[in-house]
Amino acid sequence: MAERVNQERRRQAIYGWLLLLPAATLLSIFAFYPTVATLWSSLFSRGTRRRPSEFVGTENYADLFADPTFWLVVQNNLLYAAITIPVSIGIALAMALWANSKIPARGFVRTAYFTPTVLPMIAAANLWLFFYTPGLGVLDQIGSLFGIPSINWLGQPETALWAVIIVTIWKEAGFFMIFYLAALQTIPEDLKEAADIEGASRWTYLRRIVLPLLMPTTLFIVVNAMINSVKLIDHLFILTKGGPSDASKLILYYIWEMAFAFFDAPHAAAMTIMILSVLCIVATIQFFYIDRRTHYQ
Amino acid sequence: MTRLTRFGESFAAILLAVIWISPLLFAFWAAFHSTSDAVNFNLSSAWTLDNFRTAWRGAPWLQYFLNTFLLVTVVLIGQFILTTLAGFAFAKLEFPGKNFVFVLVLMQLFILPEVLILENYAMVSRLGLFDSILGVGMPYMASAFGIFLMRQSFKSVPMELHEAARIEGCSLLGILWHVYVPLAKPTYLAYALVSVSTHWNNFLWPLIVTNSPDTRPLTVGLSIFGAPENGVDISVISAATLMSVAPLLIAFLLFQRQFVQAFLRAGIK
Repeated sequence: MAERVNQERRRQAIYGWLLLLPAATLLSIFAFYPTVATLWSSLFSRGTRRRPSEFVGTENYADLFADPTFWLVVQNNLLYAAITIPVSIGIALAMALWANSKIPARGFVRTAYFTPTVLPMIAAANLWLFFYTPGLGVLDQIGSLFGIPSINWLGQPETALWAVIIVTIWKEAGFFMIFYLAALQTIPEDLKEAADIEGASRWTYLRRIVLPLLMPTTLFIVVNAMINSVKLIDHLFILTKGGPSDASKLILYYIWEMAFAFFDAPHAAAMTIMILSVLCIVATIQFFYIDRRTHYQ
Repeated sequence: MTRLTRFGESFAAILLAVIWISPLLFAFWAAFHSTSDAVNFNLSSAWTLDNFRTAWRGAPWLQYFLNTFLLVTVVLIGQFILTTLAGFAFAKLEFPGKNFVFVLVLMQLFILPEVLILENYAMVSRLGLFDSILGVGMPYMASAFGIFLMRQSFKSVPMELHEAARIEGCSLLGILWHVYVPLAKPTYLAYALVSVSTHWNNFLWPLIVTNSPDTRPLTVGLSIFGAPENGVDISVISAATLMSVAPLLIAFLLFQRQFVQAFLRAGIK
């Protein structure tokens, strides 16, 4: 009997590893090895024909810390995150509450909110170009009705990043709405009735009952929004290319530029490692705070 | 009072909806009008298909469509096979090292392929896959997200069915194929919708790995076509943009409920 159990255990172990093998191989090739390789190459200087690359320790990191552009880009990205995360979540919540209540044209409203989610970021950027173009753009035309002079939204450092931020919010709010909508539908109707009997106002009901119940969803969305604030940069390629004078440049775009336009792999690698560290922190938060509250079994 | 607030809220909700689709509506308007009519918002001006003709001639769109189609298909097939096998192993088999490997897989949720562009590019070149559709798709095939999703789905299958199939003489892979896969159909559908719309829309990685019209997907083609250096006007860009989002957008409008359900199922885990 014990032998049979042992045999079964061995069989499962062999099958288990065989089944994992294809995925594990690809994950190693395209996630784990590159992570280590990036860390490794961030410690070496950029090789030229005359001078082969050599070990420089943390010099690449020191270079970045001494580079004002790097700090500008970090600052841009922090602002990008600090605005897009709360605003898109706030809008998403409002959208979900509306899309879940009895309003006229609810089907249209839901579709309208969600549609940007299925568009590529590149296409979204093209659509918004029509809004932002100075002189011809929709925003300028509306402005001219009120006698506001033409503004080059994408061409001046004060507004370029904000123009990019608006497109991001537009793109992701509808996506986050979906999760809120799902969560709202799990809130039992009798809670609403009980609140009505107690004479609670809609605002109190929302603040004291709905929002706390939505908390796990909110945390889940926050993590997603954080990841997006690193990842969503495609529209920069169309709208601003990080300009003018780096005013709208974000970290991932800077990495791309460093690696594939300036061919400076070591510094790009050093920046990649820094982003990965930040994502690692986000991951830890996720594991310790969120997964305790959501039950996945 | 309540009636008034209710009215105000409905108004706000609809106003927001109108704002939210207005970029798409303006593009639609611009695509069907000459540039000067489009920017003047001359409502009585004539509708035209010229912009679509100009856009269509300006780039090998048919090839781009084909590339995107091949890309999403290759990625989806790869993902289905890899995540099914791995998800099953994690859900239903016991073996040493399983939990450790599972944590490693979960870590990949945060090591975004987008961030590792530098070394993944080197890797794809080393494998001789640069400028190939397989090269674009491969880093996404072993999706940690997909593995997780499949594991959840397989876990909910009762062990009795598994045992019954085994007594019937089914092999382990046979059980997976005949019992688990059919029961996980809704999960596959959800995952497929999410995966297809993700990779249809993906840009940065394909931009790096493709280098010719023969492999370039729509998003990259569209960005090159719309580049300001090319001096294309706003109506033509709008037409090209609408053209390239049309298949996914129409599919979404037709199967809206499934799409939303899919994103939900995939997101809630």
